[in-house]
Amino acid sequence: MAENLSQAMSALDESKSEPARRISFAFTDEQEQFRAAIRRFLQEKSPPSAVRRLMDTAEGYDPEIWRQLSNQLALPGIHVPEQYGGAGFGIVELCIATEEMGRALLCAPYFSTAVLATNAIMNAGTKAQQASLLPDLASGARLAALAVTEPNGQWDLGSIELVATPVAEGFLLEGAKSYVVDGHVADLLVVAGRISGTTGGEGLALFTVSADSPGVDRRLLESMDATRKLARIDFHSVPAQLLGDVKDGAKSLVRTLDQAAIALANEMVGGAQTLFDSAVNYTKLRVQFGRTIGSFQAIKHKCADMLLEVELAKSAAYYAAQAAAADDPEWPALACLAKAAASEMYLHIAAECIQIHGGIGFTWDNDTHLWFKRAKSSEVFLGQPHYHRELLLQRWGV
Amino acid sequence: MSKINEAEVRAEIRTWLAANWDAEMSLVAWRNKLVDSGWGMPQWPETWYGRGLPLGLVRAVEEEFARIGAVGVAKSGVRLLAAATLLEHGTDRQKEKYLRRILTGEDTWCQLFSEPGSGSDLAGATTRADLHGDYWLINGQKVWTTSAHHANHGLLLARTDWDAPKHEGMSYFVIDIKQPGVDVQPLKQMNGHASFNQVFFTDAQVPAENLIGRVGEGWKVAMTTLAHERRGADGLNAPSRRGARTGRIYVEERKELETANQPYKWYPQRAGRVDLVMDRAKETGANRDPHVRQEIAKLMILAKSAEWTARRARAAQQQGRPQGPEGSLGKLAASHVARAAAHVHTLITGAEAMLSGAGSPRDGIIAEILVSVPAISIAGGTDEIQRNIIAERVLGLPKEPRFDTGPFRNVRRN
Repeated sequence: MAENLSQAMSALDESKSEPARRISFAFTDEQEQFRAAIRRFLQEKSPPSAVRRLMDTAEGYDPEIWRQLSNQLALPGIHVPEQYGGAGFGIVELCIATEEMGRALLCAPYFSTAVLATNAIMNAGTKAQQASLLPDLASGARLAALAVTEPNGQWDLGSIELVATPVAEGFLLEGAKSYVVDGHVADLLVVAGRISGTTGGEGLALFTVSADSPGVDRRLLESMDATRKLARIDFHSVPAQLLGDVKDGAKSLVRTLDQAAIALANEMVGGAQTLFDSAVNYTKLRVQFGRTIGSFQAIKHKCADMLLEVELAKSAAYYAAQAAAADDPEWPALACLAKAAASEMYLHIAAECIQIHGGIGFTWDNDTHLWFKRAKSSEVFLGQPHYHRELLLQRWGV
Repeated sequence: MSKINEAEVRAEIRTWLAANWDAEMSLVAWRNKLVDSGWGMPQWPETWYGRGLPLGLVRAVEEEFARIGAVGVAKSGVRLLAAATLLEHGTDRQKEKYLRRILTGEDTWCQLFSEPGSGSDLAGATTRADLHGDYWLINGQKVWTTSAHHANHGLLLARTDWDAPKHEGMSYFVIDIKQPGVDVQPLKQMNGHASFNQVFFTDAQVPAENLIGRVGEGWKVAMTTLAHERRGADGLNAPSRRGARTGRIYVEERKELETANQPYKWYPQRAGRVDLVMDRAKETGANRDPHVRQEIAKLMILAKSAEWTARRARAAQQQGRPQGPEGSLGKLAASHVARAAAHVHTLITGAEAMLSGAGSPRDGIIAEILVSVPAISIAGGTDEIQRNIIAERVLGLPKEPRFDTGPFRNVRRN
């Protein structure tokens, strides 16, 4: 069989367009060590028993573990510049953290505080605002949440209706936010609102609100994924400070959501890896018809396909993070690509993991459903796959 | 491999090329010079036309050739698989007889492994070799042989012992294709091309000295050939050449490559031509259809992810890290990409997807994609075999139960 695969792959190679050679396809040794340290920490602190305990609490996290991951691993400020109290690394390290947290299904206000709110402040805030707000977030002393989506459940900027009215010492916010991750425990709220009388991306801006301000009404929602808490927050004439400038509001918000999409894609990849490993291990243990089920070709092939899916989405998630770190002009499009890829993959892997476990996989006692529910909520969170696919083509100019 | 070494190697090859490269030489004369110098295959041992350089430095040598547009040794087809097999298992006499002419391009080789009755199960070969004095007599049929019609040598896997277990009853030979007992017939494929051949053997003769390795070791030797085939498939593309390309040697090389590449003309179509999708969507207006947009995006996500997965595997390899599972997935990924691409091309093309030939979209290229893609999940190991390999070697799942043990004579076969 005089076949050469390189010829088969060459057409694929020819379709590559990104010119940037500086985008890395491998982690550095330091990044691998960083990953290993987080993994060790989470293996010890966030086994499934801990996940189950914390998901049943209203707060949804363990303040002591939060303190440890802040003090020992500096995770909340891993991507925050040193001048603002952070560790001075970037989005690649942030994504390593979220991937490992997704793997362990850590119950902690990390995505809300570090990924969403901290990035929003870094993207939108003035230097003075960053200097005043970031150190407490980076140290883990304060928690923050980003309130973008409203009860209409849309992720595009045009759907934001919360109104900000200028007053003498800032703004007054009036409106409602929903699906706010960790909104019930945050000390600081970063709120997307629009100057009254504007539409679309025009007049959008980010505001900071102290969560204990009068007029802030927070209600914990019953989330399907109990490991990721969601809140509805109503704002009734709440005094707020503008973050940065109104004219850059939409840009900062989009940038924040794109970064979050990449971090979420990496988190999903981590979670999928756990499920995949669990499924493959189970096929080696479970005996039916006198043989392990992993010896059946129907199962072997399913596992091989699952591996391919996980690795493809992993490549997209890693590449998007590296592209964002390199500030490659294509990175916002790649955020959509990675989010869409990881969403579909994660849910499918979760469904297949249940399928491979058979009846036991559908029980509450089996851990698979914990990740399945994270997969389901992550599929929707920040926009469903079809939304990101459409946005991808728009950003590619198609 | 230190930087100093690479700099030294670069300096040395530069000096040598400056003194020897001449685009007006004949291709064969130049390549003989390369073979004598060891710069043609620098990773080969010094005793056999190489310089014993570590693989990591070969790229540097290739780049120096490319920098001035110098032509290298012949590398097309299966010649380098033949060479690698001979280097590992051949006798000195065999190496002396074949290696030089492989590199100069004077000889063309083909690989005679697959049979109509043994595709995925290569070790089930039933082409027989029977020893008659100084000659083996070959009878049987091989298939999917590229370039057999202009090859002069073949790498032949044939059964020499029917009482031995399947994998232990085969031997490996070099066979002269240009002889009366060998009949080469083109094999027409469903896409109309005939890139491969069927080769029929009727008392074809192989001198005893053409046995590679020992009698009964054919499978082991064939594994070497296949390992190099896979390795080649993972290889990086050659660096692109710079410099003016005028001179006798380029004319000869172009002619050689045209012949060598002729069977592969449709291979890009087999892979789905993802590169055409965006332009086709725009030129047909299909880019305004929300459903088609979704499917295009799905395809591009898949294709990009597959490409980045391959690059991730290479990056790990280049850093000397143990290869992760991502290195075993390229072939399976390519099948998915190709099929998704054919689906999207159909969506975009609409009714015209029912047409074929020069009058159809893109001068028939779109139609050729649609009827070529089915090959990609079969050629070079079916997707099903790939999945078995991934499940067993990467994931550690149990091997398939065997029904082909004991004397091969008693094994059920086609």
